[in-house]
Amino acid sequence: MKYLLVLVILLNLACKSDQKDPIILEVHDFTGIAPYLELKGSKTYVVNFWATWCAPCVKELPHFETLQENYSDSVEVILVSLDFPHQYETKLKPFIQKYNLKSKVVVLDDPDMNSWIPKVDPQWDGAIPVTLIYNASKRLFYSRTFTYKELESELKTFFKNL
Amino acid sequence: MKKTIFTLLVLLTTVAFAQNSREKGYDIGAIATDFKLKNIDGKSVSLSDFKDAKGFIVVFTCNTCPYAVAYEDRIEALNKKYAAKGYPVIAIMPNNVKTKPGDSMKAMQIRAKEKGFTFPYLMDADQSIYPQYGATKTPHIYILESTDLGPVVQYIGAIDDNYKDAALVKTKYVENAVDALLNGVAFEVHKTKAIGCSIKL
Repeated sequence: MKYLLVLVILLNLACKSDQKDPIILEVHDFTGIAPYLELKGSKTYVVNFWATWCAPCVKELPHFETLQENYSDSVEVILVSLDFPHQYETKLKPFIQKYNLKSKVVVLDDPDMNSWIPKVDPQWDGAIPVTLIYNASKRLFYSRTFTYKELESELKTFFKNL
Repeated sequence: MKKTIFTLLVLLTTVAFAQNSREKGYDIGAIATDFKLKNIDGKSVSLSDFKDAKGFIVVFTCNTCPYAVAYEDRIEALNKKYAAKGYPVIAIMPNNVKTKPGDSMKAMQIRAKEKGFTFPYLMDADQSIYPQYGATKTPHIYILESTDLGPVVQYIGAIDDNYKDAALVKTKYVENAVDALLNGVAFEVHKTKAIGCSIKL
């Protein structure tokens, strides 16, 4: 019986340390990111290209988190980070942890920008942040930043005009 | 009367197109505006100062954008290679320094000294030049060819095809374009998409 108790405590400890899982980044070249721009599910996908060193990106990031929270049934937010590999450990992971990001974060590491920027959207000139709102039948591209109100209003318009 | 209306229509259309192109900036073949911007040494620099230039490699860049920083050495190398051949690099810092204090004139001077820049590093202090070119980010390159009509835009976009590692570059867009211009031959790639940090207002 005593042993069982010890075992339970040990298991508990093991579980607790599990909860503090180190963040595992999902890093892709553009071929690996492309499927996230073409998801065929029933939700509306909001894809934001950002980086921790990009001030306007960081400023608007909480709005995407709030949107994910408020529309969790109908929307999936995907945050595509363009952080440089040498800053994954020093900047990106601590940022995800600090702000406790709930949206899915994927990392795009593909230096041949001219090959993939036009594939995200022909209108994109390469400056970040940019945002895609799309679903199975419709797709909009935004080369601008958002307040929460603006983002929500874009989403509502997107839903209305389906 | 008919003629007057026609002229008026033509004029209006021209004005409309002109405004449109101003908003979007230059396309290939446009005549680029000259400017008079303050350099890090305190003197003003204009394209017209370079009497013998066959053209220019105009680079909108800054201290604070990681992509711009990744390209600093390559921009300096471009100037070393092409200034003597008649295509000097002219760097212009387009950001609002109130938003980005790390791009202040003082910070530009320090960075240029650290990196040993040999090209003019100018500040678009009232942010009036970059919108005319249509620059949207740093780094953003415009290659201009000097002609009797003025500096003609011949290339817009990225320096090469690898922002991360100069050693892994396969295509040097800017060098290819300038080499072709120097040799007076046609070249394929006049426009590329470059990743960059949005210009800070």
